[in-house]
Amino acid sequence: MIKHLLSVTQLSPEDINRVLDTAESFREVGTRVIKKVPALRGRTVVNLFYENSTRTRISFELAAKRLSADVINFSTSGSSVAKGESLKDTALTLQAMGADAIVIRHSSSGSPHTLTRWVEASVINAGDGTHEHPTQALLDLYTIREHFPSFEGLRVAVVGDVLHSRVARSNTHALVRMGAEVTLVGPPTLIPPEAQAWGVQVSHDMDEVLPKLDVCYMLRVQRERQRQQYFPSVREYSRLFGLTRERVAALPEGALIMHPGPMNRGVEIASDVADLPRSLITDQVTNGIAVRMALLYLMLGGTGEEAA
Amino acid sequence: MGFRPRGRLLDEGEIRRALTRIAHEVLERNKGAGDVALVGIAARGDDLARRMAEELRRIESAEVPVGVLDITFYRDDIGLRGEAPEVHQTLIPFDVSGKTVVLVDDVLYTGRTIRAAMDALMDLGRPRAIQLAVLVDRGHRELPIRPDYVGKNVPTRADDLVRVLTNETDGQDGVEVGEVSA
Repeated sequence: MIKHLLSVTQLSPEDINRVLDTAESFREVGTRVIKKVPALRGRTVVNLFYENSTRTRISFELAAKRLSADVINFSTSGSSVAKGESLKDTALTLQAMGADAIVIRHSSSGSPHTLTRWVEASVINAGDGTHEHPTQALLDLYTIREHFPSFEGLRVAVVGDVLHSRVARSNTHALVRMGAEVTLVGPPTLIPPEAQAWGVQVSHDMDEVLPKLDVCYMLRVQRERQRQQYFPSVREYSRLFGLTRERVAALPEGALIMHPGPMNRGVEIASDVADLPRSLITDQVTNGIAVRMALLYLMLGGTGEEAA
Repeated sequence: MGFRPRGRLLDEGEIRRALTRIAHEVLERNKGAGDVALVGIAARGDDLARRMAEELRRIESAEVPVGVLDITFYRDDIGLRGEAPEVHQTLIPFDVSGKTVVLVDDVLYTGRTIRAAMDALMDLGRPRAIQLAVLVDRGHRELPIRPDYVGKNVPTRADDLVRVLTNETDGQDGVEVGEVSA
């Protein structure tokens, strides 16, 4: 298994299947009364979060704890970072304290990669700027696989603010790698020009795409990252690209609805749509723990050397 | 890593007779199949556990619950080998609390797998008792563990390999002893 997880493009289809298969066993652990196994007893996992996050940080924390690893949560407010410490010095400090894995979220794309130059520990990218969020893609693939036997030819639309979305990048790369047919849907201002090179279709008309889907993956409108006006009004965006009851009716029977959270109810997804049985948003959260357990286990459960 | 067989320890008929005898011993020792549950250790141990359940049904018309236990997360060598050990599925569709759990494994060697299996089982509940049934006991124990039911005792060298094949997993039944070949 790879030492660091920075991007889904590091993973072959075999690697991805291995993570998903392993996650299935960890899913079972999550259903037990004692939701804990001693697999990573004595290892130390540091959550280094330079950006606010609730679900990803808690998910990694629970994953590590259910493997009996020790978990340190290091968030930037109220820490040495608030006193002006650089990423490098923070990294060297964590290294000196004997961290085995560092889970990092940072607003700058590429910072997890930079971190690997300074530390011995395994680095896991938990979201870097607008670049990637590989564990989100893996948990989404796991969730899709629970409903469809194969990714080959699966028709998936990723709808919304693709431009600012690391989730869209990681999911698209992973899905295309596994053989799915991905369509990016959104206003032209929110589809990055380089998307043509991702091996996907692009559409600006949601209603045309909906009837041909197996999975409709909604993205959050990331207003905190938008430095200029990308669409005239939230109301208009929602009218053109929001998943409403009427649009759900246009989806084929059995098509699934996903969203990485946190949701803007009433903007990209209507509130009653988010709560439909075919919407898998809470499954995604549950599966996230199992998938992160599998990754931590596979990355820290060996010496990292080639087996004899 | 290859396997060069040197000889056959048990054939299909001998495996069947050993499992029949063990099933009788389980019934005798526990005065029936009342609170007995069988838990096979993946992989192969679960095949043997299902066959023992079949025997118990035949002998005493007893329906004994059967589960599969994967002990990977409880191994004592995680982080010592190059790759993280491969994980199998645990599936125990009943409550082990209050049950007499008979752990079923193919080969008993150092005893480390059984130590891990007991820890794993304890995390799932509180069995009334745990007993151990193995198809082959090849010696070289490194922990104070002793089987309650043994198909066959086989003296081996520590560097031998003992391989159990089951019809369900391998398409044929048999137990072979051999050595590692490059």
